[in-house]
Amino acid sequence: MQDVPARAAKPTAKPIAPVSADKSLPLRINGKAYFFDGDGDIPLLWYLRDVLRLTGTKFGCGIGVCGACTVLIDGKGQRACLTPAKAAANRDVTTIEGLAGAELHPLQQAWIEEDVAQCGYCQAGQIMAAADLLKRNPNPNDDDIGKISNLCRCGTYPRIRRAIKRAAEIARANAKK
Amino acid sequence: MTRVRSNRNDPDLARRKFLFVGAAASGALLVGWRVGRAQASALPYLGARFDAQPLGAFIRIEKNGDVIIGARGCEIGQGVKTSLPMLIAEELDVDWSHVRVEQLPYGYVDTDQGPSNKYGSQGAGGSDNIPSAWKDLRQAGATARWLLLVAASAQWNIPAGQLHTEAGNVIAPDGSRLSYGALVATAAALDPPKEPVALKKPEDFKIVGKPTRTVDAREIVTGQATFGIDAYFADALFAVIARCPYLDGSIDKLDDADARKVPGVKDVIRLAGPKPEEAFDGVLANGVVVLATSTWAALKGRESLKIEWKPGPWANESSVTLAARAAELLKSDDAGVGVRGDGDLPKARKQAKKTVAARYTMPFLAHATMEPPNALISVEKDKVVLIASLQSPSGASQIINRITGVARDKIEIRLVRAGGGFGRRLKNDFVAEAATIGKAAGKPVKLIWAREDDIQHDFYRPFGVHDMLATLDRKNEITGWSQRCAATPRNYRDAGMKDEPIWTGCLVPDDFPANLIANLQKSFYTVDSGMPRGWWRGPVHTFGAFAVESFIDEIAHEIKQDPLALRLKLLGEARELPYKDYGGPVFDTGRMAGVLKAAAFKIGWEHRREGDRGLGIAGHFTFGGYAAHAFEVSAIDGNVVIHRAVCAIDVGRVVNPLGVEAQAMGATIDGISTALNLAVTLKDGKVQQSNFSDYPLLHMGRAPIEVEVVIMPSDKEPSGAGEMGIPSAAPALTNAVFAATAYRIRELPIGDQLRRIL
Repeated sequence: MQDVPARAAKPTAKPIAPVSADKSLPLRINGKAYFFDGDGDIPLLWYLRDVLRLTGTKFGCGIGVCGACTVLIDGKGQRACLTPAKAAANRDVTTIEGLAGAELHPLQQAWIEEDVAQCGYCQAGQIMAAADLLKRNPNPNDDDIGKISNLCRCGTYPRIRRAIKRAAEIARANAKK
Repeated sequence: MTRVRSNRNDPDLARRKFLFVGAAASGALLVGWRVGRAQASALPYLGARFDAQPLGAFIRIEKNGDVIIGARGCEIGQGVKTSLPMLIAEELDVDWSHVRVEQLPYGYVDTDQGPSNKYGSQGAGGSDNIPSAWKDLRQAGATARWLLLVAASAQWNIPAGQLHTEAGNVIAPDGSRLSYGALVATAAALDPPKEPVALKKPEDFKIVGKPTRTVDAREIVTGQATFGIDAYFADALFAVIARCPYLDGSIDKLDDADARKVPGVKDVIRLAGPKPEEAFDGVLANGVVVLATSTWAALKGRESLKIEWKPGPWANESSVTLAARAAELLKSDDAGVGVRGDGDLPKARKQAKKTVAARYTMPFLAHATMEPPNALISVEKDKVVLIASLQSPSGASQIINRITGVARDKIEIRLVRAGGGFGRRLKNDFVAEAATIGKAAGKPVKLIWAREDDIQHDFYRPFGVHDMLATLDRKNEITGWSQRCAATPRNYRDAGMKDEPIWTGCLVPDDFPANLIANLQKSFYTVDSGMPRGWWRGPVHTFGAFAVESFIDEIAHEIKQDPLALRLKLLGEARELPYKDYGGPVFDTGRMAGVLKAAAFKIGWEHRREGDRGLGIAGHFTFGGYAAHAFEVSAIDGNVVIHRAVCAIDVGRVVNPLGVEAQAMGATIDGISTALNLAVTLKDGKVQQSNFSDYPLLHMGRAPIEVEVVIMPSDKEPSGAGEMGIPSAAPALTNAVFAATAYRIRELPIGDQLRRIL
């Protein structure tokens, strides 16, 4: 039987070997060092996706409105589509792939428990925006959460709200351990 | 999606399928379908529907007990990658937590009876996945279970009738157990049953009806899930296209010298769209393609193109002229194209004590899937591989075949999660573009659409105006009803609709209040337009329900009746009315009344709201499912604030309550988002909007904090759930706005209408 349930196509990750070169751009992404010798004006979004094949960061609008490309730069939520790669040089970039430590981040855990995702496309950006929020405000209320401006075409907002509150609880419980 | 034959209740469907059994090299048990004859599809745009197939496998049970279930559908956020395998797992009788779900590719096969599909129906449209799978996929699971029972019977020498199964084990009368894994070698050598085996009784369901989370949840939240746009071939060139902004316009002058100088740009080629009289079943528009070594280089190259576009035959078309034309048509004495005519409306008008009339206007809408269209393709002489987010893989396969000449059984289509669908991906124009470019470039191509491309080059939900009229007698009974719709027909340059009437996709003859009012007319007037049109989420139903459900509300206020009570009175006693359109064959007035009452109860309809708050209600029947919305709103400084949002939904037997709740919640917010702000407009033959800045989807801060979803318990055959929750959202919202402000919204979107008035 040749034909059995096939695995979904995975992007072939091309690990980029860190090569130090004088002119190249030093980047720290998810704790790993990279040196990029291409055009430093490339939006971080396309560097992450096309060069590093970190495809969890999504392209949605290219003008910083939808937030599907949200990443953390030095812990702060930023739109990767509007951030030139050179602006991230020597700063810590965290993408959805680097959010979890040994265990899932409380937001990821809560997102699964609240079954937030429908199509799932915007959710990495939503989680990164929520990570930014929880960092600034570990106990956000509905108004605080409502200031997240990331767009979701499927309309998952009520579950996003629940998941952020649940994540805040998980984080508080973890802190007590 | 409209007047097409529904085979939902075809009892022979399952019986025409024959399952095959086989063993994999690992010794695993495989269960799938053998080929059968193709049948006409209820949804032509999804391609023909096929009977059982020779090679496909839905179920694989390894010797170590691992259970792998294939998911055949296009996952666009509607949850079929979870819910369809649940149906198989239920009948197989395995522990869901031990099931691994894997996406199946497109299952095209050639047979001696013509093209077929080894997995059955794989497209996503018309909320048809669950109704289809309810008929056929359960049998796959039940057959595998039967084989395992027979295998255990032989091993123990105990009649199969004395054995039962539980969570992946066969259990003997004395309590001894054999795991499925231990039985696969024997089961794989058995002949499949000659007759369909009995399915479980609903009271024995352990998986169906239980809240079940999305199978890909972990991959999604860790950034590992693969959408079409996330697929790469190492040697692919990246392509973006500058498409002509004018409807049916063309390239007048092209200077690509600067673009070719952009580092990374490899080539610039012209791409031909259809001629103005040709159907849209390939490339959508004339354009210029930039091929480069990265998305960024391709985008920069495109910015450096100097193109002078030549406006096409629609250069004078604008939203203003379209609205004027609709008004002119509706003012004329022309009777239009008759869609439905019951009784004697002129007589009812003559005898009427009172008439009520109102006009409602619906805008063009874009789909704006969060993942813009894209496609990754490798075109070789006798082989094509496509990875793309799709809703109609059969359509993609046909288009690739036509463009490349490669035989369909040599076209491999890998299905991946799609970042939303909403009907956009029922069209495969982006696949046609990628195939054309891939063939010309002689290299694999990764085609990306920017958001501007998506908003400006879509197949839009039609624009239209509904003129509604009702006649009432001296007891305020509604004696006559007229709906005259002047619209840009959905049926436009669509090869798949050439045998359909012009009004298909704009009006539904059997929709409420058909069969409930003696003298009833529906007629259609064509507003010519060059805008490409397509299906949307609950397309014809969002288009019509706003007019009907707003108008009922207006009549109720006019005759000083409660809007809910008037609806319930019209629906009358619970009974099944004929419904020949897609979603039928019946419309159950009791189920419609049921969701209305449930929504009303949940929001506290009988408690009159104080001050500036108002309640609104509406309901609609969509593709076999029933939904009603009730909203509590206020409008402070002209801004609509939704204090509570309730959606009651009846989709028959619920397969995954967590999924149905998600769909009802999401569709409600989609409906609110669209009603508040979304419209595509035209000026000088060009779309005016270009991105989320001017096609502003609702963000979280303006969406209701909760959508209170009420799922009606039901043992009826399941319908889908993806589209039912949207059509009644807009009229319930504007009915609530009227209750709060006494201002009637008759044109969508609401936009700044309240700010201008209040």
